[in-house]
Amino acid sequence: MTTMTMAGAINRGLRAAMERDPKVLLMGEDIGQLGGVFRVTDGLWKDFGGDRVMDTPLAESGIVGTAIGMAMRGYRPVVEIQFDGFIFPAYNQITTQLAKMHYRSQGMITLPVVIRVPFAGGIGAVEHHSESPEALFAHTAGLRVVSPATPQDAFDMIQQAIASPDPVLFLEPKARYWDKGEVDESRVAAQLEGEHAASAATAEMSRGRVAREGSDVTLVAYGPTMRLALQAAEVAGADGTSVEVIDLRSVSPLDSDTVLRSAKRTGRVVIVHEAPTAFGPGAELSARVTEQAFFHLHAPVLRVGGFHAPYPGSKLEHDYLPSLDRVLDAVDRVMTH
Amino acid sequence: MSTHGPLSEEGLVRLLSHTGERLDHPDFGRYASELDAARLRRMWHDMTVVRAFDQEATSLQRQGELGLWVQAVGQEAAQIGSGHALRSSDFVFPSYREHGVAHTRGVDLPEILRIFRGLQHGAWDPAAHGFHLYTLVIGAHALHATGYAMAMARDGLVGTGQETDGAVVCYFGDGATSQGDVNEALTFAAVNDAPIVFFVQNNQFAISESTTRQSRVPLAQRGAGFGVPSVRVDGNDVIASYAVTQWALQHARSGAGPVLIEAFTYRMGAHTTSDDPTRYRSHADEAYWAERDPIARLETYLRGIGELSDEAVEAARAEAKELGRRTRETVKAWGRPETATMFDHVYAEPHATVAAERAWFSRYERSFADQGAHA
Repeated sequence: MTTMTMAGAINRGLRAAMERDPKVLLMGEDIGQLGGVFRVTDGLWKDFGGDRVMDTPLAESGIVGTAIGMAMRGYRPVVEIQFDGFIFPAYNQITTQLAKMHYRSQGMITLPVVIRVPFAGGIGAVEHHSESPEALFAHTAGLRVVSPATPQDAFDMIQQAIASPDPVLFLEPKARYWDKGEVDESRVAAQLEGEHAASAATAEMSRGRVAREGSDVTLVAYGPTMRLALQAAEVAGADGTSVEVIDLRSVSPLDSDTVLRSAKRTGRVVIVHEAPTAFGPGAELSARVTEQAFFHLHAPVLRVGGFHAPYPGSKLEHDYLPSLDRVLDAVDRVMTH
Repeated sequence: MSTHGPLSEEGLVRLLSHTGERLDHPDFGRYASELDAARLRRMWHDMTVVRAFDQEATSLQRQGELGLWVQAVGQEAAQIGSGHALRSSDFVFPSYREHGVAHTRGVDLPEILRIFRGLQHGAWDPAAHGFHLYTLVIGAHALHATGYAMAMARDGLVGTGQETDGAVVCYFGDGATSQGDVNEALTFAAVNDAPIVFFVQNNQFAISESTTRQSRVPLAQRGAGFGVPSVRVDGNDVIASYAVTQWALQHARSGAGPVLIEAFTYRMGAHTTSDDPTRYRSHADEAYWAERDPIARLETYLRGIGELSDEAVEAARAEAKELGRRTRETVKAWGRPETATMFDHVYAEPHATVAAERAWFSRYERSFADQGAHA
């Protein structure tokens, strides 16, 4: 076990993937000598050279589009989009090309491209630097969308995403980059050297996990809101409400089975994410819980998330984002229904 | 014809006049020197067959057998000429009108119609033909082509002087030159010295919009700003189209970086079978370009030098007719794919949502069978 920050864990995971497979290469803006604006690729340019850690022209569509072409020749590009709000120039390439090539070619072309995106808010940034666009990508068949919440998951999941034959949006909660945690580096290494490594890695990356057990309320989160969810469970627990916390880890596919198992026991579900609640991942999850566990429910499924307004100036962001009070309010409401 | 701007004939490389006289060119003439009469006859034959196929596909659309057809009539010289300059170590990224290039890459022409009959979105194995699938989002494939070329260079398939050296040829039209992706592709290709030839068929129309809505200057001039050597060729001249592509491929395969070719041609047909060109262009314009028909001019030349016999013409006609018959029969024999195949290949690895929806749909379909059994 080694103590690492989440940013450090992703860096170590990228390094391990590059050492394991010479076809893995990194592409993005300022990821070379600078090591990325968040320093996630720090040191990799020096050790692997500019051919494998490529500073690209400043054009997001170009980065993703050329990564597609390289993947067609057997490379495994890991693309960094500098900030969430800058992914949109690449939106066409991601949704009409990257997501659909395997389908269009009846499986003849696989595109193992990983798109790393520092996403979500809470860092006092200017416009376009705090967004949570995961629903847009989860809504597109052909893409996988995952988000780690701990250094261990960040280390494991970046390598699993790279090993997967499918394109993966790898959403990194930037406000959590400097949170520390213990990381066991050996487990994923063994998985990726084993038989059917790509399948095993893809399947594991796609599963949610019970992060804290409880019996009264199921509180569902992922990535940026996991710390908040655990905090809320702690506070509610002190007040006598037992909250089970589920870390989805993957938004597409959405591991609704893990949520349903819990929901059928607790009968109360609260979903918390930074993305706007309207048409967000919580709406999909709420629909699935209602369709498949309706008669187990004691209260309507509630969502806590961003509003249907552009991400505000940073002086207001803490009122836009789900807060401890808003999550506890939702927990109280499902308990008193 | 205008004398300046994107529709002028300024600076066109031409090795065969529209009346069928063979011309020379100080820079590019030598790249056509290997085209003997037999090879030219082959090119004429290919153009003839491809046009016949195109006309058959148009008829099939009119008869309701195809949802849509994208005609390439008038662009045969640009496509067959450039296609003949390719070798197996090269890789092509077409747009969606490159039926002639597909033919030169060994794609069986009727297979293309799987797309237009709505059976599937891709209809051949790109790796087997060195010919990627058609891309319908204008210009999006220019970036894939550039990335592919960057990867070829990484794989050591450039600049060795061996037959294994290759390059990518990326086809797109005049409208695509306005797309951001095409401009980004030129940027990425240039700064990475990617072995790629950007082959622009300026057929003068993006559906109804004249090339004058895309550019104030001939499209070949776009290359200079990116530091990409560029050439303008008469795209209705199969010999010149071959020669400039040969030059460009040699340049790219040698590791010297990308090249831009503008083949100035004319879309004699409609944009697609859903289009109506009478709303935006004149009969006089069409008549002017009919006189510049790419197939007729090569035929005139070959007959003039005694290298195209009546028998050869008759044989080509017979082959074209046979291809038409085979195309009709092939298309009409295709059944409807099983509905469940729409869930195939969404992902390479299992995905819970796809699996759940596939299972639900299967139960739903079976429920009708059960009802039928009970009735």
